[in-house]
Amino acid sequence: MLKVKNLSFDVMEDGIKKNILKDVSFEVKKGEMLIITGPNGSGKSTLAKVLMGIEKAAGGSVYLGGEDISDLAIDERAKAGLGFAFQQPPRFKGMTIEKLLCLAAGRKLPEKECCDLLSGVGLCAREYLGRQADATLSGGEMKRIEIATALAKPHKICIFDEPEAGIDLWSFSMLVKRFEEIHKNKDESIIIISHQERLIQMADRIMLLKDGQVKKIGTRDEMLTELMGVQETKGCLDKHQIPAN
Amino acid sequence: MAFDKITEKVLGIIDSEGFKEEGAYNLRYNGTALCRGDSENIKIRKKEDKQGIDVYISGNTKGEKVHIPVVVSASGMTDEVYNDFYIESGADVHIIAGCGIHNAGCNDTRHDGIHSFHVSPGANVKYEEKHYGEGEGTGARILNPVTKIFMEENSVFTLETTQIEGVDSTKRETEIFMGAGSKLFVTEKLMTHDKQTAVSNVDVILNGDGSSAQIISRSVAKGESVQTFHPRAIGNAGCHAHIQCDSIIMENARVVSIPEIDANHLDAAIIHEAAIGRINNDQLMKLQTLGLTEEEAEGVIVEAFLN
Repeated sequence: MLKVKNLSFDVMEDGIKKNILKDVSFEVKKGEMLIITGPNGSGKSTLAKVLMGIEKAAGGSVYLGGEDISDLAIDERAKAGLGFAFQQPPRFKGMTIEKLLCLAAGRKLPEKECCDLLSGVGLCAREYLGRQADATLSGGEMKRIEIATALAKPHKICIFDEPEAGIDLWSFSMLVKRFEEIHKNKDESIIIISHQERLIQMADRIMLLKDGQVKKIGTRDEMLTELMGVQETKGCLDKHQIPAN
Repeated sequence: MAFDKITEKVLGIIDSEGFKEEGAYNLRYNGTALCRGDSENIKIRKKEDKQGIDVYISGNTKGEKVHIPVVVSASGMTDEVYNDFYIESGADVHIIAGCGIHNAGCNDTRHDGIHSFHVSPGANVKYEEKHYGEGEGTGARILNPVTKIFMEENSVFTLETTQIEGVDSTKRETEIFMGAGSKLFVTEKLMTHDKQTAVSNVDVILNGDGSSAQIISRSVAKGESVQTFHPRAIGNAGCHAHIQCDSIIMENARVVSIPEIDANHLDAAIIHEAAIGRINNDQLMKLQTLGLTEEEAEGVIVEAFLN
């Protein structure tokens, strides 16, 4: 479904080129859930943005369903079937949550569908539909609305950048259920950037990113041993973020 | 009455409720009243000494709408009109005004609407005014409204003004005098583009104890247009006022925002906020991840902002 070959990304810092991503290559199969994890600053969110076209790669290629999307703009990648949920979603003064969901779905949604999307991320739907997606909402509310927009239509593959950040335990449990449903259907592939053990436990495969490079990629069982070792030394898995089952 | 296509189109844009010759209404077209009607509770009378109308709204009016649109399609015309509204105690009325200019010629077309509202104790008024310009001519489309509102005790006034597009030059003067316990809600929305200019001066004078005012201005300036806002809240009694000016600036436009607060009483609590900025890049990218082009995303953000 998604094939990434030798992807790199650089920034200039004080006139010196710094490699944020180096030769990153991996694949995600149809219906597969890949968790990308790694220490802070390892390049996980940058990788997600480069895949979506938000940041421009310095080199390498991205193929979606066999099509080379490396040179496509953000909206063209979205139309090709790539979905994205931001770690820190922007707010929109004047835009209702209902309007945002309709834009995300690419069509006028009936009220019930809007309500189902919001309920699916733990929001009491009717209270929110007419509200504006602006500074009157908390960070956690915005985050859940962001995830609802990513779930508003089917994608070939959807990327979630730290979906657990800033949301409460109850909503997180609902979100885990939603990911489980999507994963069970096997129609849509999912990439989740996360440190969260409960999400990591759901993965088909796990990729460990360190210093902008793929340190290791493997099945969940193979990788958990590796991660536990990393956890002790590098703080890769944050036990403090783990909600009770 | 059948209207020509231009009038029909302009009316459709400036009268959100849809203009109908029903109830109380007055359609001014190229400087004269094209049609007029009264309702049981609302009487509209032509002024004898100058251009304009007097509108008498009885205290028995409950949720009724009055439509008083203006259409100017004669290039080179300067139309000055004086409309006075007398609203009795207990009335609850929605006044839908607005002016649309279609200028197909090379001469400037101008409409100055000078309105005064005399709001009796306890009356509730919503006044909605939309301004719009169009036409393939090179002549300017100019609108200079003057609005004076006199609010007696415990009255409520909601003022919503919108400049949609196509107005080359506007200078808006608004002055509101508030009595004890009166409540004012002002929402001003403005869009300018190309080389258009817009100036809006709003003075709210809170003279009565317990009066409160909320003034919200949202604008989008595109092209090389220039906007200047000067909302001023003057607290002469124990009162509350909040001024908020937000503007999106695009291309080579200029926005000047000068909120002014002036307290002359120990219990006057007045706040102002003002912000001018370009469209946030994160907002654009978010909408692009939903499949919108950059141009479409910009349009959606602007529309929502002015909504």
